[in-house]
Amino acid sequence: MQLTQKHKDYWRRNLNMTAILLAIWFVVTFVVSYFARELNGITVLGFPFGFYMGAQGSLIIYVVIIWYYAHYMNNLDKQYGVHEGDD
Amino acid sequence: MATQGSNQAFFKSLQRYYTFYTGGFIAFVIMVAILEQMGVPNRVLGYIFLGATVLLYAGIGFMSKTADVGEYYVAGRRVPALFNGMATGADWMSAASFIGMAGTLYLSGYDGLAFVMGWTGGYCLVALFLAPYLRKFGQFTIPDFLGARFGGHIPRAIGVFAAILCSFTYVIAQIYGVGIITARFTGLEFQVGVFVGLAGILVCSFLGGMKAVTWTQVAQYIILIVAYMIPVVWLSVKQTGIPIPQVVYGYQLQKVTEREKALNDKTTDVGAKEESVRAIFRERAAKADANLKGLESGGVGFLTAERAKLDARVGELKAADPQDAKALKAAEDALKAYPVDPVEAKKAWTAAKTGSAAKAAPVKAHAESFAAKDDKSRDIARKNFLALIFCLMVGTAALPHILMRFYTTPSVQEARRSVFWSLFFIFLLYFTAPALAVLAKYEVYHNLVGSSFAALPAWASNWAAVDKTLMSITDINLDGIIQLAEVTIGGDLIVLATPEIAGLPYVISGLVAAGGLAAALSTADGLLLTIANALSHDVYYKMIDPHATTVRRIAVSKGLLLIVAVLAAYVTSLKPGDILFLVGAAFSLAAAAFFPTLVCGIFWKRANRLGAILGMSLGLGVTAYYMYMTYPFFGVNAPLWWDINPISAGIFGIPLGFIGVIVGSLITSSPSKEVQELVDHVRYPNLEGDIETKGA
Repeated sequence: MQLTQKHKDYWRRNLNMTAILLAIWFVVTFVVSYFARELNGITVLGFPFGFYMGAQGSLIIYVVIIWYYAHYMNNLDKQYGVHEGDD
Repeated sequence: MATQGSNQAFFKSLQRYYTFYTGGFIAFVIMVAILEQMGVPNRVLGYIFLGATVLLYAGIGFMSKTADVGEYYVAGRRVPALFNGMATGADWMSAASFIGMAGTLYLSGYDGLAFVMGWTGGYCLVALFLAPYLRKFGQFTIPDFLGARFGGHIPRAIGVFAAILCSFTYVIAQIYGVGIITARFTGLEFQVGVFVGLAGILVCSFLGGMKAVTWTQVAQYIILIVAYMIPVVWLSVKQTGIPIPQVVYGYQLQKVTEREKALNDKTTDVGAKEESVRAIFRERAAKADANLKGLESGGVGFLTAERAKLDARVGELKAADPQDAKALKAAEDALKAYPVDPVEAKKAWTAAKTGSAAKAAPVKAHAESFAAKDDKSRDIARKNFLALIFCLMVGTAALPHILMRFYTTPSVQEARRSVFWSLFFIFLLYFTAPALAVLAKYEVYHNLVGSSFAALPAWASNWAAVDKTLMSITDINLDGIIQLAEVTIGGDLIVLATPEIAGLPYVISGLVAAGGLAAALSTADGLLLTIANALSHDVYYKMIDPHATTVRRIAVSKGLLLIVAVLAAYVTSLKPGDILFLVGAAFSLAAAAFFPTLVCGIFWKRANRLGAILGMSLGLGVTAYYMYMTYPFFGVNAPLWWDINPISAGIFGIPLGFIGVIVGSLITSSPSKEVQELVDHVRYPNLEGDIETKGA
């Protein structure tokens, strides 16, 4: 079947959100870990910050990323009329 | 497909069942606790715990028995997001996560966090790139997608091969864990333990396939998370008075860091004592080194000359009057332990040298990132840390037994939510493990170190008596006081001994064992099902006999399940070396074989058959080649590429996989219109005038 402009917009917005969340994921994982030694100079809740990010901070952000993506996409489905019916 | 209303009713009744189940389980634990107070011996409690939980899983399996293809392969596609999340959590968290993770963190500090981040962050990739699209595609296995998207048997066949390769290496590690736990808590032989555990796995998956495995995994998740939390929370209360270990352990970490500094500082009292032990280890390392050098220059002659010296010494002591019995015994032991041939001598002395040298080194700082002797080694450590995280994450998003779980939700929306619940339930354990490692370290550094050999803490003496590889304490400098360098701890000890360190009764130790067993069994279930489905569905039904009846397809799958399970248990009972490496290898292999091709298949319409074939074989090939060339087990020991450790071989395979897909696709023509429509089909949860790919 032929996709309408609306369908293409939906896919583009999906790709944009995917790219944004992937960028956050990348920074939290690789950039923060790369500078872990430097970040360890800062103390948060008693933790050296680099250690904290590896043990807790990054994990919390991963959970939020996935929650937000599900929330955003499930709304986007409805907005663009591509959501699954009640069947 | 079920209606919205019936889905909600189903969800409600599931909630009721599992609330009831959790209550029942707690009542059971209390009952066992009462039995313990009545004086029932520990071994019997161990039997009760393991027996009752395995029976429970078998019961769920029996109640979920099915002959329907949809239920057998994908649990009828009606598992709500929350419950699929729990099942995925149990499917995901293996014996390595439950028992090994906190130990790894205890032993390697910050550097062990690569596993914590890698095994959670991978779910971001699952959520963003795979789960919703695979759910829309809605068939039964991962090779199904490869077969439909790229056409022909070759992509599917490579997919089957890769799925079996990584699932089989992984399942061996799980069955090994089952054997260890059963053996330790019931006193059965390891080999017997393996087959007893296997029976528990089989009853469940054999009768009801994915449906039974799903509902059992939910039950197993509840047991494993309760079993993991109770001892840690208790330990936290004991040390800090606050029952939220994840929040307060930062301050315990500060105290551990201070203590590390004191232990490494020769001018403090404890530091001086440590130094006296280290000096002895330095001496031993030097001695082993001298022996190795002598062996190199003198060969067999050196061995015989040294042996003759020892012989003479024994003779001298025997002739002495009065005889020094102690010295004579020592000399005789030394003679008996002396290696007989150069090969054995080299092995023994090299081990002694590295072991003693490690013991002579200062305490590693727990919180320090990439600790190493100079900037260059720190850079290498950092590079490997990042590479390992990358491979574990991409591997997470490529392991077929995990991806398969997202076929079981009722809709695409539920699949997205279910990735969230999966990571949430996994997160609960993974952000507790680093806390446990620090709390246990605090206990060892502050309470074990400095106590006297005459009055060891009970948990230390108990475990030292049970298993020397987990815990051994020797008074090296003969001062009667324990120094850190005199204590050797095996990683698995941390989780297993925490109930005793926290001063909890034996019933909690039994609970922890049941939790470890649940973790190992649930993962093994999912893996065995993946292997059996790949063989029965992809090879038998799709490639050999597409006209097979559903009864026959399920019968073939069950038969294969049995064969694969027995084969895996047999391989496990031979105790193949280096289980941890096998697990790491499975991640890199899966990552390089599946991730590039699956992602390109969804996000790039131009990707075609040759691209898939080239991408998968190049990725898998390079990864396997690098492991073979560099991992010491295979004996080739070629130089490393850019200092990357063999466990992270996927760092080369994954990019090459992408290059393979791109090049292979561009040099051949675009895929057909039908295939492009398939791509649109998976991209939109609902499309008017759409094609249908749901499997039946």
